[in-house]
Amino acid sequence: MKDLWDIAGVFAYLSLLTVGGGMAAFPELKELTVNTYHWVTFPELLHFYSLGQLAPGPNMMMVASIGAVVAHIPGALVALVAFFLPTGLLTFGVGRLWTHLATWRWRPAIQTGLGSVAVGLVLAGAIIMAHGAVTDAFYAVLATVVFVLLWRTSINPAYPIVASGLIGMAMHYFSLN
Amino acid sequence: MNEAAPPPPSLGRLFWVFFVMGATSLGGGVVGYLRTGLVVRQRWLDDVAFVELLSISQTLPGLNATNMSILVGDRLRGGMGALVATLGMCLPGATLMTGAAFAYDVGGDDPWSKAFLHGIAAGAVGLIVVVMVQLGAKVLKEFADYVFVLATAGAVALFHVPVPYALLVAGAVAIWWHRPRDRDIK
Repeated sequence: MKDLWDIAGVFAYLSLLTVGGGMAAFPELKELTVNTYHWVTFPELLHFYSLGQLAPGPNMMMVASIGAVVAHIPGALVALVAFFLPTGLLTFGVGRLWTHLATWRWRPAIQTGLGSVAVGLVLAGAIIMAHGAVTDAFYAVLATVVFVLLWRTSINPAYPIVASGLIGMAMHYFSLN
Repeated sequence: MNEAAPPPPSLGRLFWVFFVMGATSLGGGVVGYLRTGLVVRQRWLDDVAFVELLSISQTLPGLNATNMSILVGDRLRGGMGALVATLGMCLPGATLMTGAAFAYDVGGDDPWSKAFLHGIAAGAVGLIVVVMVQLGAKVLKEFADYVFVLATAGAVALFHVPVPYALLVAGAVAIWWHRPRDRDIK
């Protein structure tokens, strides 16, 4: 039961940090789930996060995986509700007030100001993630190739990511021989 | 509230359309799928309304996909609409990722799955950087904005400043920097 309360607290808190997308919450996600609560190891977190990028729908459904690791199906449900309810209610409320806010003179300032901070948080997430996932020059090349491919073409991201996984398996095959 | 447009869909229909988008929007980029589904195919929204709702979604915390589900659901069918649209959008991915946790428990230690997961993690780093570049291209306008980006990222990733402090301090400074001025000639 205490686990469920911890899950609810952690994911409700993380939910409020997702300005500019789920990745902005990654540094605190790692801090809490790996260092504070020891629910998953850092490699496990990376694995779930990357699998989550392959799953359809919103790209942070991996919160359900962490909830399930800690407390099975109830854990997954609590993690999802906690992660989506606080910001969901906020969006619902602000959505209804929006017509009044559209002409508010601070709105562009907030939008632009938080925008650059959000990019900074995504960059921080990418740095922390690269620490765990880009373990040597080979994986650095792999990440760079995926980056260039997604940046320069409009290919569905699922393909190069699955291909990266297959390349990882190929590396394993060669390391056996 | 509702323009004299097509009659709003039933709650069941709303759930189903979001469920299909939640199940088929593989590989991120949910926004593209949402526009195709809502504007082009169902004609529940026009492009002006879509962009307006998207800009609310992007300003507020929360994921774009779920924020959009809430706003579109509310606009079409009120509070219940927001709820069923969000449930539909989340259900497929949530089920899969819960299943993934159990599969991981069984097969996660296998060296082949580890090799695969290591590969997709490296690929995902490439994806995150693209997301950052695309987000940056939209919001970074002047030199100061790049300073805010580097200051925030450096504080969090290198000096381990907790994200809420970084968000509050850098956010306040950046918002103040862009504060409304009376003689605004943008």
